[in-house]
Amino acid sequence: MYKGGRIILFAGLFVLLMAVPLLVNLGNATAAPTPNVDTPAINALSEKQCVESTEYMRSSHMQLLDEWRNDVVRDGATDYKSASGQVYEISLDDTCLECHSNREEFCDSCHEYSSVELYCWDCHDLADAKQAN
Amino acid sequence: MAKLPNKKDLLNFELGVGEKPWMDTPTEFKDGMYCHGAKPKTLEIVGMPNTHDWSSSDEDWNLPENWKEIILDGMADRVKKYRSFRLFMDVCVRCGACADKCHFYMGSGDPKNMPVLRAELLRSVYRRYFTTSGKLFGKLAGARDLTEDVLKEWWYYFFQCTECRRCSAFCPYGIDQAEITIMGRELLNLIGLNTEWIAGPVANCYMKGNHVGLEPQTIMGNVEFLMEDLETITGKHIEPSFNRKGAEILFVVPSGDLYAEPGTFTFMGYILLFEQLGLDYTLSTYASEGGNFGFFTSNEMAKRLNAKMYAEAERLGVKWILGGECGHMWRLVNQYMDTWNGPADFLEQPVSPITGTVFENAASTKMVHITEFTADLLYHNKVKLDPSRNDHLVVTYHDSCNTSRAMGLLEEPRFILSKVCNNFHEMPDETIREKTLCCGSGAGLNAGENMELRLRGGYPRADAVRSVKERFGVNTLANICALDRASFPALMDYWVPGTRVMGVHELVGNALVLDGECERTLDLRLEELPNRKKPAEAAPDAAEGAGEPAAGEGGSHV
Amino acid sequence: MKIGIPLLIVVLLAAFAWVGTAYLQWYTLFGIIIPYAAFTLFVMGFVIRLIKWGTSAVPFRIPTTCGQQKSLPWIKQNKLENPSSFGGVVGRMLLEVLCFRSLFRNAKTDKVDDKLAFGSAKWLWLGALVFHWSMLIIVFRHLRLFLEPVPAFIQGIEGLDSILQVGLPLLYITDVLIVGALTFLFIRRVVIPQVRYISLPADFMPLFLLLGVAISGIVMRYGFRIDIVDVKELTMGLATLNPVAPEGIAPILFVHLFLVSALLVYFPWSKLMHAGGIILSPTRNLANNNRAKRHVNPWNYPVDVHTYAEYEAEFGEKMKKVGLPLDAE
Repeated sequence: MYKGGRIILFAGLFVLLMAVPLLVNLGNATAAPTPNVDTPAINALSEKQCVESTEYMRSSHMQLLDEWRNDVVRDGATDYKSASGQVYEISLDDTCLECHSNREEFCDSCHEYSSVELYCWDCHDLADAKQAN
Repeated sequence: MAKLPNKKDLLNFELGVGEKPWMDTPTEFKDGMYCHGAKPKTLEIVGMPNTHDWSSSDEDWNLPENWKEIILDGMADRVKKYRSFRLFMDVCVRCGACADKCHFYMGSGDPKNMPVLRAELLRSVYRRYFTTSGKLFGKLAGARDLTEDVLKEWWYYFFQCTECRRCSAFCPYGIDQAEITIMGRELLNLIGLNTEWIAGPVANCYMKGNHVGLEPQTIMGNVEFLMEDLETITGKHIEPSFNRKGAEILFVVPSGDLYAEPGTFTFMGYILLFEQLGLDYTLSTYASEGGNFGFFTSNEMAKRLNAKMYAEAERLGVKWILGGECGHMWRLVNQYMDTWNGPADFLEQPVSPITGTVFENAASTKMVHITEFTADLLYHNKVKLDPSRNDHLVVTYHDSCNTSRAMGLLEEPRFILSKVCNNFHEMPDETIREKTLCCGSGAGLNAGENMELRLRGGYPRADAVRSVKERFGVNTLANICALDRASFPALMDYWVPGTRVMGVHELVGNALVLDGECERTLDLRLEELPNRKKPAEAAPDAAEGAGEPAAGEGGSHV
Repeated sequence: MKIGIPLLIVVLLAAFAWVGTAYLQWYTLFGIIIPYAAFTLFVMGFVIRLIKWGTSAVPFRIPTTCGQQKSLPWIKQNKLENPSSFGGVVGRMLLEVLCFRSLFRNAKTDKVDDKLAFGSAKWLWLGALVFHWSMLIIVFRHLRLFLEPVPAFIQGIEGLDSILQVGLPLLYITDVLIVGALTFLFIRRVVIPQVRYISLPADFMPLFLLLGVAISGIVMRYGFRIDIVDVKELTMGLATLNPVAPEGIAPILFVHLFLVSALLVYFPWSKLMHAGGIILSPTRNLANNNRAKRHVNPWNYPVDVHTYAEYEAEFGEKMKKVGLPLDAE
């Protein structure tokens, strides 16, 4: 084989490269995180129900938050009527974070796991929210 | 030669495609587009296999009974022997970058002359017999059976490729149609299907030492005749030595330079230069061919013909070899010779006896290109030149495909031209250097019966010459290739009348001031040098009249 | 037919995965067995092809030279287009692989009446470059699904790819580019007569497969907005060799995954192997130094030649007459 050494080296490198995810993870079984809803505010609720269904919140919380931001900042709206007809105050600090006061165990656990960066905290500060409460 | 179609008819085509899919388009053998088939008698001289009587215009090619088996076995063999072949069969993505790069497509509009499609002619058969998908899915996988029609198609189109590698320069994977054509021709040669125009020179070269079949006494006679001309021109009597043992350098030229105009003028240029230098060199009647039509037959045949150069260098006991102006000769010297017939350990690393320059790039093969040698001389001002003797010439330079794309010899000849002539203009960028266009007659296609093919293949180059003729009054096409010198005169007469075809060393010979020469009034073509009295003022006059070539010009080729 | 059959195949593949998970609940098949099998076949197939090419000899050193050779010391060599050393060859190959150097040379030849015109034609180069680089970035981005914790450089790539901060989830620039580039490559294959003429079904197949993969991925992210945590649970299970049957994930994921698997299986046996082939291309990966350094042909064999002695035996008399020296005397 002409320059066979190099070809085998190249093939070996290719296999190694392909195997990186497998090798890195060897014996490193991780379970998917479960967002923690064990906060005093949630525990105090009679019916543990977010502003929309859990299913909807899981897949579309970013859209909802985006909508809320636009509604407040651009239109000055303060009320959100949920699918079930209930009205909530549009506020990340006062509505969302009142219940979900455990950012690390709730937001960050999934976001870090799936490497989805979020820019909520560029403006909002959880510490401020807590103080306000 | 058959009557040629007029230009308008010849150019009445578009760079398009066929109406039907190419696999369903039968090959039509058009007169003027192909060469005569090789005769068994010629092939037998060099012991080629399966020779038989046939004619390309016949329906029945009289093939050996097991021809299919021979071809497929031959393919299997070559797939193992040549990585280029297997790889180029496998990796083409048909992006089409090469499609409009071939001079034969540009000059004929025949879609099967797009390099990618010419390769598919063979690739489709490779898929059918050598890949799983082709075996399973056939036509859907781009595969087709090997039939006699396919074989004829191969023959027709693999002898419409000059192996110039222009497609390869543009291919993102470097797929080289030359390699595929070479393999295709090797396969055809397994069953006796060469062209007579290639087989004849091969047999000549094998037995007599050169393609044109010059026997030793004829070579000596021709050279004597040329030396008489040189005496008329320079007043000096020169006797180049042949077959001389103990010379320092063996000088090998393409035999065209010993045989016919305008190659002979180039030969006169070499000899004048060597005479002025007092070079200790010899030519050989046995190794009297630099070119190699064996390469257009098979790798083995090329090796057999090439062997003479080293054998003769060893027999004569020279130190190194100098090679003349020839295209495919230099592809082979640069990329094949040492591998075939080396190591040349009986030779020494070439050193210019005049300048002391060591040719490091030739350390192993021990063969130097004449323009490398001469450029080195001129760089060191070792000879006296009077470039105004070429003032009647407005020169452009044609890179031959082999020296540009299989070697990279681009600046050496240009440097020489910059020293030996005053009027030089490049052709458009897309047509020179690594993108150079072919003469359209290389790889054994410079026959007479396929003149239409050659005119078509040469048209893109001629069109580039026309553009510099219109802009700058160019009247001289300089080159460093014997096939260019043999084929361009006819092509230029047809496309750009009034263009002289000239080896670079003819221009050198004109400009070279020899010790003890008479006052030169004639150029190497024995034509009057214009305005000889006042060389300094000659330039503007010559440039003015450059657009209108002298009467009778262009008739100088054979 | 050239276009219809591959398109139909890709549509059927997608439908098969949809039906298989949405209605037949074959989650283990589509989520575990097929991805593993496809990955294994891809890696093995790729290596086998390389070895197969490798076992073919390289008898001659045949680089296509695209610049000035190394010759006299005062003539500037083009070390990248006409390399004479290993370093130069590496440089040339990097230019080819990373920048598509040869494709950049592309020009269009037009015939206008009796004249030829050469025009700039960089679109193929641009389209190909955009596609391949997008593909590479997308593959890297996907590593976030197979690594835990996600390395910073992959987060960086992702951050850059979504730097426009358009839409939610954030739009990836490469998503737009890859679909655009593939569409362009498809359109030019159909519209340019020469390219359409030379195209085989095998040229449309990868385009449709890749488009299917890209579009299913985009729809999954922006349309169905499937839960990324569930997806990562599945992919991490695969990557840690601890696969979990991924029940309950939307069928679109399996369409995406199945098309990727199909692409992986198809890859080594198709023209897509140009990816490995370019590295072995003898006209690009060899130095133009054959006159300085001898190249050995492994199957070189002795051949019949016509020797000088034979030549002299035939022409000796004639040679003598014209005064040429003879060995025989």
